[in-house]
Amino acid sequence: MHAIRAARPSRRKCPPGKPERFVVLTADEVAVFRGERLVFRDVSLTVPAGGALILAGANGSGKSTLLRMLAGLVRPAAGLVLWDGADAFADLAQHGERVAYLGHQDAVKPGLTVTENLQFAAAVSRRTIPAALEAVGLEALADLPSRMLSAGQKRRLAIARLVLSTATLWLLDEPTLGLDTASIDRFGALLGRHRQGGGIVVAATHVPLPLPGATELRLS
Amino acid sequence: MRIFWALLARDLRLSLRHGADTLAALLFFMVTASLFPLAIGPAPDTLGRIAPGIVWVCALLAALLPLDRLFGADLDDGSLDQLLLSGLPAFAIAAAKSLSHWAVTGVPLLLAAGPVAIMLRMPQDAIPVLLLGLLPGSLLLSLFGTMAASIVLGARRGGVLLPLLVLPLVTPVLIFGAAAADAAAGGFSARPHLLLLAAMLAAAVPLCPLAAGAGLRAAVE
Repeated sequence: MHAIRAARPSRRKCPPGKPERFVVLTADEVAVFRGERLVFRDVSLTVPAGGALILAGANGSGKSTLLRMLAGLVRPAAGLVLWDGADAFADLAQHGERVAYLGHQDAVKPGLTVTENLQFAAAVSRRTIPAALEAVGLEALADLPSRMLSAGQKRRLAIARLVLSTATLWLLDEPTLGLDTASIDRFGALLGRHRQGGGIVVAATHVPLPLPGATELRLS
Repeated sequence: MRIFWALLARDLRLSLRHGADTLAALLFFMVTASLFPLAIGPAPDTLGRIAPGIVWVCALLAALLPLDRLFGADLDDGSLDQLLLSGLPAFAIAAAKSLSHWAVTGVPLLLAAGPVAIMLRMPQDAIPVLLLGLLPGSLLLSLFGTMAASIVLGARRGGVLLPLLVLPLVTPVLIFGAAAADAAAGGFSARPHLLLLAAMLAAAVPLCPLAAGAGLRAAVE
C-alpha cells in the first residue's frame, strides 16, 4: 500500500571500511492493532543512515502509533522491522539504546530543576548537561524548577534530552509544537548535525520541518 | 548497572522533592496503629497479645498507599516511555522501582515499627523478632506491590483494583511475619517462620520484577 524509499543525501558518503556506521532502518509490511481497531497495514519504509522520513496524514491516521512501533513500545501485529537487516525487536532493551523518542508529552518533572530533569539521560549517555542546554538555549534557566517553564521551554528541555542521547534513530512526534522561530532554526541545525553523523530521523508532523531532502510517507 | 543506579537516584530525588507523599504513608501507619488502643481499650494484656498483628496489618496497608503513584506519574507524563528506551531491560526498571519504594516507604515503616510496638505494650523480648520479620516482610511488600502496580497500570479505577490484587498475594507474608513475633512472645523459636519469610523473599526477588517488567511493556502499548 505505502512503499517508500528515502534517497540518501549526496553529501554523505559512507566510507566502505566502516560498515558499522552504515545502518538502515527498514519496516516491511507492518500492521498495528490498537485493541480491536486496525490502525494501519502494509506499511513499508526504508531510511538509510543520514536519511530523514516525514510521516504525514490526517489526525488519527496512525503517525504516532507508527513512531511508537518503530521505538519498540508497540508491537506490530504483522510484518517486520529491521535494523541493519536484523530483527530490531529481538532485544527490546538493546533497541531502546538505538532510539531517542520525542513524544507528545515532554516527560518533564515539574518538581525537579531543569538540570535535574536531564540527569538521568546524561547518566545513560555520559554526556554533559550544560552543552545540551546550550544547544537548545536554556542555559540561563538551568537551576529553575521546571514547573516555571512555558510550554515551548518544556519542549526545548525535551529536545535537550535528544541532544544528550547517543542514539542513532531519532523518532519525533510533532517536534516543533510550541517552539518559536529561533528555536525551530536551532532545532534544524541539531537535526542537520545528527544526520551528518549518520543518524536517522523519522518525524510525524503537520507543519514543515527543517529537514532538507527528507522523503514523505503519507498514511491514510 | 550504571543506568540502574541512575534510575534509583532519580526516583529517590523525586521522592525527596515530594516529601509529603512519603510522610503520608508513615503518618497513616502511626495513626491507624494508635486507633487500636482507643477501640479495644488500653488493657496491656489484650493489647500486647494482638500487637504484632496490628503492626503488621498497619504496615501492610501503609505500604499500599504510595503504590498508586509508583508508575502512574511516569506513565502520565511520558517518562515511562523514556525509561523503557534507556537501554535498561523492563525488569530492571521494575527492580529499581521496587528498591526505591522500599527505601522510601519500607525503611521509614521499619524505623517506626519499634516505637509503635512499644506503644502497644508488646512484650519487650519479642520486639527484635518483630523487626527482624518486618525486614524481609517490607521488602516482599515492595516487590509484590510493584508487580501489582505495574499490572493495574493504565487500567481505569486502578487505584481500587490495586489493594484487591496485592492483599491476597501478601497474606502468606502476613501470616508468617505475625506468627514469628507471636512465637517469640510465647517463648517459642521464631526461626522457622523467619526462614519461610526469607524463602518467599528469595523467590520474589527474581520473579516479581520479571512480571512487573511485562506489565510495564503492556501498559505503554
